[in-house]
Amino acid sequence: MLALLAVCLLFALFGLLLSYASRRFKVEGDPLVDKIDAMLPQTQCGQCGYPGCRPYAVALARGEADINQCPPGGEDGVKNLAELLGVESKPLDTARGTEKPKAVAVIDEAACIGCTLCLQTCPVDAILGASKFMHTVIAAECTGCELCLAPCPVDCIRMAPVRETAATWRWPEPGAVRP
Amino acid sequence: MSFPKLWSFHGGLRLDGHKQESTRLPLRAARLPERLVFPLLRRDGRLAAPGAKPGDRVLKGQLIAGGDERLDPPIHASTSGRVRSIEELPLPHPSGLAGPCLVIEADGEDAAVEIEGLANYREHPPEELLRRVHQAGIVGLGGAAFPTAVKLAPAGRRIDTLIVNGAECEPYITCDDSLLRHRADEVLQGAELLRHILHAERCLLAIESDMPEALTTAERALREGGFDRIAVVPVPAIYPTGGEKQLIRVLTGREVPARGLPADVGVVCHNVGTVAAAYRAVVLGETLTSRIVTVTGRGVRQPQNLEVRLGTAIADLVAQCGGYTDEAERLILGGPLMGFALPSDELPIVKSAHCVLVAGRGELAGSRPAQPCIRCGACAEVCPAQLLPQQLYWYSRSDQLERVLDHRLFDCIECGCCDVVCPSHIPLVQYFRAAKGKAIAKQREREQADRARRRFEARQARKAEEARERAEAARRKKENLEKSAVPEIRQAIERARRKRAEKTDQHATSDTPGRS
Ligand code: SF4
Ligand code: SF4
Ligand code: SF4
Ligand code: SF4
Repeated sequence: MLALLAVCLLFALFGLLLSYASRRFKVEGDPLVDKIDAMLPQTQCGQCGYPGCRPYAVALARGEADINQCPPGGEDGVKNLAELLGVESKPLDTARGTEKPKAVAVIDEAACIGCTLCLQTCPVDAILGASKFMHTVIAAECTGCELCLAPCPVDCIRMAPVRETAATWRWPEPGAVRP
Repeated sequence: MSFPKLWSFHGGLRLDGHKQESTRLPLRAARLPERLVFPLLRRDGRLAAPGAKPGDRVLKGQLIAGGDERLDPPIHASTSGRVRSIEELPLPHPSGLAGPCLVIEADGEDAAVEIEGLANYREHPPEELLRRVHQAGIVGLGGAAFPTAVKLAPAGRRIDTLIVNGAECEPYITCDDSLLRHRADEVLQGAELLRHILHAERCLLAIESDMPEALTTAERALREGGFDRIAVVPVPAIYPTGGEKQLIRVLTGREVPARGLPADVGVVCHNVGTVAAAYRAVVLGETLTSRIVTVTGRGVRQPQNLEVRLGTAIADLVAQCGGYTDEAERLILGGPLMGFALPSDELPIVKSAHCVLVAGRGELAGSRPAQPCIRCGACAEVCPAQLLPQQLYWYSRSDQLERVLDHRLFDCIECGCCDVVCPSHIPLVQYFRAAKGKAIAKQREREQADRARRRFEARQARKAEEARERAEAARRKKENLEKSAVPEIRQAIERARRKRAEKTDQHATSDTPGRS
């Protein structure tokens, strides 16, 4: 337990240090790339064919990628990109995936063997754990990218849909049927 | 204290009050239920930390959840008994969703914790009084349930006027009226206490002019108690005079800025029930474990006001009011304009629940089929927030979120005046609630994406740093091996060197014999 705590602490410390470093040493960004990046969902899933949202934004700015490659952004996302880049909108390229309701990864902690493989793939460092200790997903940070599912040798990670609570619930439009 | 002049606010409606129904019978205490349910979901969506676990015996007034943050006043057991469980149960919320609740099984003894009150509160610093208000779990009892202690500490702003809101303007609701009729003295004592905490010069107790009995009792209690810094002010019965911004305008002529707070114009406003509860908390040492609830409507046999323990099931209250009539049709928590429909009566009374309205057949304007907007402007005429509901409606419908926000969507107080007058029966308020929900969801999504972006970038930076370190380490390893810090290796190298040197020496002596 103590070891796990220590590891968590260390992680938090690294996180802080790195977020500082990333801001301190950030290269002057291209304003168009920044604008595109701000529109992307930041799921960092790679379904667009690029290793993250920002690389896709860079490719879009260079005119190397098409606007319909991001499934988590959905049809709305494509429309917004079309508007920003002043091009004709088109349907989402569903060969890359479809828009899904938000879900987060859950690790079956009893089955986890502590191999650290998932931890190494998570693009946003949302998995906590150390070698030979069970791992846990920080649900609030998980983007639902599903990248951690494949590497797990014992298949103990599954995606759980984010449950609506009274606090996240929103009034429906009139006429809309209540679920 | 005399009070001469009143201002008026834009719009509003004179509505049929339906107040007599529930004020014919006197206020009385509801009976002690066997099972009490306390929802743990906080306003901010997090869960209040339970302060008791299943199996624990708790006393009335004992903390059972929350309380560690200023924005999260604690919840207390409303009678003595045993904590039966913490489980998912349906919440009294427009979503109809369930959430974690703490369930207490009453033991019937109603044994309470002893907390000493501060009869001489003037001798204690305001911070201590505020702490007591927080620890007693006091929140706004007018329906909003905002933490009272937070509202009583308007950081750095000078407050000259405390307004105590007894202008219960929404039809059917009479819990404030009945509190004033039966316990006006508590309200005045509480007003004096809050005035003291705020260092406000004066306090205005606003009571609607169609509540004559409440007015008379309050005025009598005022004279008898000699509260010379408090004035009882009758205000016109125009809905929504009891809205915070509207009441401030009516009493002081001051306009609370959009997105501003009453404290920005030197005013703090509290509901009468809240004020009385603060008095009981500080002076009598009582935590907030009950509130007055109006049970009314043609769907219930004996409409009346009950002093209800928090956690009591609504069904239990209806039963104590003679049960449902044959024409009972809709169950509403709150009033006919600002309340919301409930799917079942097996839901607990919480601190914000001021009225249970059981509407009879045809009692409330049902949902009639909406017609297209004819741009008559009637909605804008009655809007107390001076908005243009027809524009808000247009932009909400066509999903132009930026435009709705430009039209000050978030200044809409959801009073429902526009709904009432719209000749096309458009459910305007629901459009506005949905639009607000969308705007908030979008904002949350944006915040989450920003966090994910930062974490992704931090990870990229870390990986780059790790790669650089690995390369650096490999280079150093080679260098070190060459320099060889380990003694054995160094000795071995030395030996090898010496041997080589000896060999060359022998060669040298044998090779150059005749030189010297
Ligand atoms: S597909 Fe995934 S990685 Fe690519 S832009 Fe969309 S969310 Fe980002
Ligand atoms: S925990 Fe898994 S699903 Fe969640 S962000 Fe990390 S890799 Fe993606
Ligand atoms: S009252 Fe109704 S019909 Fe008239 S302008 Fe407003 S929304 Fe349109
Ligand atoms: S509900 Fe909103 S828009 Fe309609 S009258 Fe009230 S404040 Fe104005």
